[in-house]
Amino acid sequence: MTAAAYLRCFAGIARREALRFVHQRGRFLSALVRPLVWLAIFAAGFRFVLGVSISPPYETYVLYETYIAPGLLGMILLFQGMQSSLSMVYDREVGSMRVLLTSPLPRWWLLFSKLLAGVLVGVLQCYVFLALARFWEVEPPALGYLAALPALVLAGMMLGALGLLLSSWIKQLENFAGVMNFVIFPMFFASSALYPLWRVREASLPLYWACMANPFTHAVELVRFALYLRFDPLSFAVVSVALLAFGALAVLGYDPQRGMLARRTAAA
Amino acid sequence: MPLPLTPLRAAALALALAAGPARAELVLVSNEKDNTVTALDGATLRVLRTVPVGERPRGIALSRDGRHLYVCAGDSDRVEVLDLETWQVVRHLPAGSDPELAALHPDGRRLFVANEDDNMVTVVDVERGVVLNEIPVGVEPEGMGISPDGRYVVNTSETTNMAHVIEADTGAVTANVLVGARPRAAVWDADGKRFWVSAEIGGTLTVVETGTWRAAATVSFAVPGVPPEAIQPVGMALSRDGARLFVALGPANRVAVVDTRSLAVERYLLVGQRVWNLALSPDGSRLYTTNGVSNDLSVIDTAGLRVVRSVPVGQAPWGVVVRP
Repeated sequence: MTAAAYLRCFAGIARREALRFVHQRGRFLSALVRPLVWLAIFAAGFRFVLGVSISPPYETYVLYETYIAPGLLGMILLFQGMQSSLSMVYDREVGSMRVLLTSPLPRWWLLFSKLLAGVLVGVLQCYVFLALARFWEVEPPALGYLAALPALVLAGMMLGALGLLLSSWIKQLENFAGVMNFVIFPMFFASSALYPLWRVREASLPLYWACMANPFTHAVELVRFALYLRFDPLSFAVVSVALLAFGALAVLGYDPQRGMLARRTAAA
Repeated sequence: MPLPLTPLRAAALALALAAGPARAELVLVSNEKDNTVTALDGATLRVLRTVPVGERPRGIALSRDGRHLYVCAGDSDRVEVLDLETWQVVRHLPAGSDPELAALHPDGRRLFVANEDDNMVTVVDVERGVVLNEIPVGVEPEGMGISPDGRYVVNTSETTNMAHVIEADTGAVTANVLVGARPRAAVWDADGKRFWVSAEIGGTLTVVETGTWRAAATVSFAVPGVPPEAIQPVGMALSRDGARLFVALGPANRVAVVDTRSLAVERYLLVGQRVWNLALSPDGSRLYTTNGVSNDLSVIDTAGLRVVRSVPVGQAPWGVVVRP
């Protein structure tokens, strides 16, 4: 199999994702409205609460809006990851996934292409959000926008891989509500997205450790540090390991011979 | 632990160096509760030294040659002269009871000192170390602003709610202008045609015209998410081009940026808690703020109007001056 074939395969999957994205403008808008609601309404109520202590990567006091912006970028990537997992379930139900999996290219490449294509859409949403966030005085250094790109891609891949893994478990489209309740909400709230971890630690030590164990926390911190031109090795390590783990499990899960797909087919 | 992202940091540093001239300024901060003065390097914001001074140091002023710092040590009832080369207090100036704030006349000799609990402005000759004059003013004198030509000294009295315009040479009070409640600082425009008075309780600025001594306008503040009673304007600093006035808003933890022509508030910048006093760097590119409750100093980039950093200093930092 040549590199050209791999690329053609990626281009095909990416075009399909892009088409989905173009045709579902409502989905793009809602993906933006969600974090903007948090920024404009939720953050406004908390303006006077935070800003008592300086925590890295910030070198001075920041408004709550500035604090939660990286968390909301994480939220965009998290929803995008889950949404692409939703689309996997849909693809499987209508049969296009089976067509895709009959491709002579290795399965991991198909899943990786699917993942990357979804992440690129998510990253685009992130930059649109960052541009709008300037109206709320969320103004990281200019170079930070560039430095955040690899962090956003890596974080997006990790969350997307988690989505892929989940999608191999979900039997039907209707079960997506369960993903919302059992994955998205706990991951988002038990993280550093909305409040700094030193605050969480003061409130509850077990919750603090739950946040520290949550890969979403590290995805958010990786993006937060990168936006302010800093590199957080711990976050990088956790996000990378989580990406490899979720990715490997997803590849297994989509193995028709041994994976969860096989078990399900047998059951049905 | 976070590490600096070296190439990017280097690039950012290179940009910063290319954008502005190198700084070698010294930032001096009085720490009201520590009885010390902290000296920081303006370029790195590193604390160079902490020097013990008299009790409750608040207002500080530089000598004209930049060699000495006059420190109002209120509870020691004196103004101390700190030598900025030997870092020793070399002299005490008689300055009446409870000196809170001092301003040096452009002649470099006369220091005008507000005596908070004595309702007096004391004029001290800094060379001979003698009191030249004692001028009775309102209750709790505080702010002190000298016109650019050196003709007038404006003193504010916190309890009388007035700005007293004093002839610098005779000590005669020319006018008493009613301003906002609990007036604090007084700052003159560079052309001397008007001066600004901040009112801590009133939450406003009053603009007073020279000559007629009328309150020509007031500026009010409103910070989203901050209760109005927390907005307490105190220290002020005019930008070098005179287009902007920076106003410390106390427990609102913000510095307001006021357009001096339209009198509109352009922006509120978040700094440390209970920001009290302000000082500009000699080139006007940076504004330093003392944050009395969070015990730190914030630095504002005046071109980009953004707070760059906050660094810890002593306890209850109060006054700040910058030596080139």
